[in-house]
Amino acid sequence: MDYFAGEYDVAVVGAGHAGCETALASARLGCKTIVFAINLDSIANMPCNPSVGGTAKGQLVREIDALGGEMGKNTDKTFIQSKILNSAKGPAVFSLRAQVDRRRYQIEMKHTMERQQNLDIRQAEIVEVLTEDKADEKRITGVKTHTGAIYKCKAVVLTTGTYLKGKIIIGDVSYSGGPDGLFPANKLSDSLLEKGIELFRFKTGTPARLNKRSIDFSKVEEQPGDERIIPFSFETEEIEKEQVSCWLTHTTSETHKVIRDNLHRSPLYSGNIKGVGPRYCPSIEDKIVRFADKESHQIFIEPMGLETEEMYLQGMSSSLPEDVQIEMMKTLPGLENVAVMRSAYAIEYDCINPTQLKLSLEFRKVEGLFSGGQINGSSGYEEAAAQGLMAGINAALKVLGKEPLVLDRSQAYIGVLIDDLVTKGTREPYRMMTSRAEYRLLLRQDNADLRLTPIGYETGLISEERYNNFNIKRNQIEEEIKRLEMTVAAPTEQVNEFLAKRDSSEIRTGIKFIELLRRPEISYEGLGEIDKDRPELSYAVREQVSIAVKYEGYIKRQMQQVEQFKKLENRKLPVDVDYSQVHGLSNEARQKLNQLKPESVGQASRISGVSPADISVLLIFLEQNRRKK
Amino acid sequence: MYSSDTIAAISTPQGTGGIGIIRISGSGAFEIAEQLFKGRKPFKEYKPNSINHGCLINPANSEIIDDVLVSKMKAPNTFTREDIVEINCHGGMTVLKKVLELVVKSGARPAEAGEFTKRAFLNGRIDLSQAEAVIDLINSKTEEGSKAAVSQLEGKLSKRLKSVRDKLLDLISHIEVTVDYPEHDIEEITGQEVYAAIKEIRNDLERLTEGYDKGRILREGLNAVIIGKPNVGKSSLLNELSGVNKAIVTDIPGTTRDIIEEFINIGGIPVRIIDTAGIRETSDLVEKIGVQRAEIEIDNADIVLMMIDASEVITAADREILKKVDAKKAIIILNKTDISDIERINQIKTSLQGKIIIEMSIKEGTGLDRLETEIKNLFVKGDIKANQEILLTNVRHKVLIDSAVVSISEAVNAYQSGLPLDCITIDIRNSADYLGQITGESVSEDVMHRIFSRFCIGK
Repeated sequence: MDYFAGEYDVAVVGAGHAGCETALASARLGCKTIVFAINLDSIANMPCNPSVGGTAKGQLVREIDALGGEMGKNTDKTFIQSKILNSAKGPAVFSLRAQVDRRRYQIEMKHTMERQQNLDIRQAEIVEVLTEDKADEKRITGVKTHTGAIYKCKAVVLTTGTYLKGKIIIGDVSYSGGPDGLFPANKLSDSLLEKGIELFRFKTGTPARLNKRSIDFSKVEEQPGDERIIPFSFETEEIEKEQVSCWLTHTTSETHKVIRDNLHRSPLYSGNIKGVGPRYCPSIEDKIVRFADKESHQIFIEPMGLETEEMYLQGMSSSLPEDVQIEMMKTLPGLENVAVMRSAYAIEYDCINPTQLKLSLEFRKVEGLFSGGQINGSSGYEEAAAQGLMAGINAALKVLGKEPLVLDRSQAYIGVLIDDLVTKGTREPYRMMTSRAEYRLLLRQDNADLRLTPIGYETGLISEERYNNFNIKRNQIEEEIKRLEMTVAAPTEQVNEFLAKRDSSEIRTGIKFIELLRRPEISYEGLGEIDKDRPELSYAVREQVSIAVKYEGYIKRQMQQVEQFKKLENRKLPVDVDYSQVHGLSNEARQKLNQLKPESVGQASRISGVSPADISVLLIFLEQNRRKK
Repeated sequence: MYSSDTIAAISTPQGTGGIGIIRISGSGAFEIAEQLFKGRKPFKEYKPNSINHGCLINPANSEIIDDVLVSKMKAPNTFTREDIVEINCHGGMTVLKKVLELVVKSGARPAEAGEFTKRAFLNGRIDLSQAEAVIDLINSKTEEGSKAAVSQLEGKLSKRLKSVRDKLLDLISHIEVTVDYPEHDIEEITGQEVYAAIKEIRNDLERLTEGYDKGRILREGLNAVIIGKPNVGKSSLLNELSGVNKAIVTDIPGTTRDIIEEFINIGGIPVRIIDTAGIRETSDLVEKIGVQRAEIEIDNADIVLMMIDASEVITAADREILKKVDAKKAIIILNKTDISDIERINQIKTSLQGKIIIEMSIKEGTGLDRLETEIKNLFVKGDIKANQEILLTNVRHKVLIDSAVVSISEAVNAYQSGLPLDCITIDIRNSADYLGQITGESVSEDVMHRIFSRFCIGK
């Protein structure tokens, strides 16, 4: 029998990487919040790779941290190896990645949530979202659990990951199931359909886990962590810890033969899998078929934690039958005697069509219903956490009667991610990439705090103390750049000797330090040799000064592009426009605009099928409206 | 105000006289004039709302392009309510294009279809009641423009454009995959490789713009096509108008087997005259192809010069041809009046009432002046429009390719001065973006597609 179980401001359905950020953000903004998970031991679980960050994803984690989210801090507490990627390719693409201790990560996150004021955690499967009709739209009133408990609330955030009608596929065997051997959530999809929400069916997969004892490490290549550790969180000072290595092996012609001989048993080729899988994350059998010329693929072996011998086999995601999996793994150097602990599997799940959302991640058709993470068609822990944070902030702001927080494409990767999903939609699980960000030189991981911490402070997720520290850092950067602009290096013998050592042309008259720093062969650190009066500054400050000076030209140009971009972005479109009544729009534009109801002319311009002429029409339409008023 | 970037375009229909106007609107208009105009004093010292005489120069080498009048109009009392500069040039289309290119190089962007009017409206210059008319104007201009773009993009030029763009996108996707998948066993692109590739692309692009300069400029203007029965004197007329003995003229019907074209200047209007094989039912295969092509040319023509033998009666064949040109602006030329008589000529004229008819004898050189006057009249009255959108689109393409060259050169410079890959990529992407604006394709989606189809990446 149904019963009334309590009243909350915000209810969060799912406690994966999205749900944790949602719940914490909402509670921290002062909303009475409850988060549900089918199994509380699965909070912040990593059912796939045991790592956080990487290209573009690392940027997302830094942004989450700069706004006051938890992922960066939790990673700093629990990582076992740290790496800097792309260090030679320039500051825009420089990225952090950490291997984490999967269990410790979960325990830390769960504990943080348990201690969070305003936040209750409940083990339960949500089977229904409850709404009332309000004019011609619906409004959230609560959620119902499998056991009949009804929780009244003002906002609901769906962060269901891959649980909705989850189906596990291993070769010719398939069964109803969630990730990592957990139960799926089989009922909620129907409730969503009933509310008029459109669902997609997506697919993803994960490779096998092996016992470390069974690996012959003499045949694989060691991949140690970096000596210098850069923390994810701007609040973490310095970290020193023992790091654990990853290992590298590769497929052989034998592996490829095993796969080819057994392709007919792959559900991907027999048609048993209907969900759409990601292009960037193909299974090993996909890779062999699509890139037939490639003789070998590299395979990483990654530790799952310090208190386990389980190892993750990156690059071998597969939905081939178990016996074939074992046979093919044994063809990899070092894995001849492999002991598999968990098989690779593919998982199919329901997600929503994200174009049903506003940029605040609230459903257009159901007031108070938000969604974030993999349910929105994304893939990856970081993408999930980023959306979860924004959905949590916006659900709370809604309850508090405030305007939503929307980051645009020029402010953050988070903005690019959400805008891509909501405006363009996706037909495969969406992964963040630096190449998706048109202003990536501005959206660097090193300046995420400069971009976003003031916003986090204004929103209420950044403490006074942290904000003060941030302001000190910001001032130091400005002061130091000013000082370099004002200070002149005299053409002394010592200075010219310094320049000659670096193959830099000598100076005849005095030259500002900032000019010297602009020379590619001169680094900020190196310049210290002749710049005697420089103040003692933290690494973060020195890094900002150096990047700001060295890339000034390009940064300025991107900022000009942003200025152009903002013009259309700032032209807000009213939500109640019936575009079929707007004179001069093409038919396709009318249909798309009515369907997506973009929030600005800029957003409209990114909808496929809306042409530049249609944008002109919208601008004139807006001006008409303005003058009529 | 709606937007502060500066736009420019040729704002007079070309060919209506010796003068053409380039209009520049936006906050940068005066600054651009400052760079390009050399008058008695610097441009900034001229009073607003003045017209000033001087030279238009190429600031790169101080070469004088044209003798011009430049008007300076200060916001907000202008058509767009922005600062406006109008450059009145004397030269024909070639000079106008050159000037527009310089204006764009100095910081303006080519205006979109109907954009001056759009700005005028958005800035409150045009009355609300005319909003729909403004929208219709933009839509119709865009439609004409895209038709023109399509017709421009057929052929050799588009193939070359596509091949450069392909190279650019391949390069970008290789860079992006290197950047986004650093630990995958794909072959990482090196700085040296990027450098070699961008230098090659720069050369390709430069060759492409040369192609525009040499090939296209001449091939524009009014399309006039000469048709008529075989041996009525079409090739003679072409030779007469162009002053070159280009077509083979004989007394044997059907000598002109192919289309022969010539560019001439009629009262300042560039006219491309096409001589067609005579239209008649024919069994000769070679000629048949010529006839078919002639019919296509009639469809594409802005003006049709229909020649009739004044020494004969109007035949069924003539009527057949008249039917084909019915919808077109046509001038009927009664040739060979020297061997005809007044009665016969009047008889023919009565049967063709309502049409422009010119009596002519090419042999004796009469009627040719009148033909030129009639063509000019039709044009000035606006009864025939030169395919102006093609011209403007063409200028737009050229300007965009030029911008692509500038961007790729910046990438080359960036590499030489030791900047990292992520900076250089910005320039390379900009270059691809400019080319994409010609074809209307988006760089980021193409790149994403290439990454996934060319490289093996995944967990």
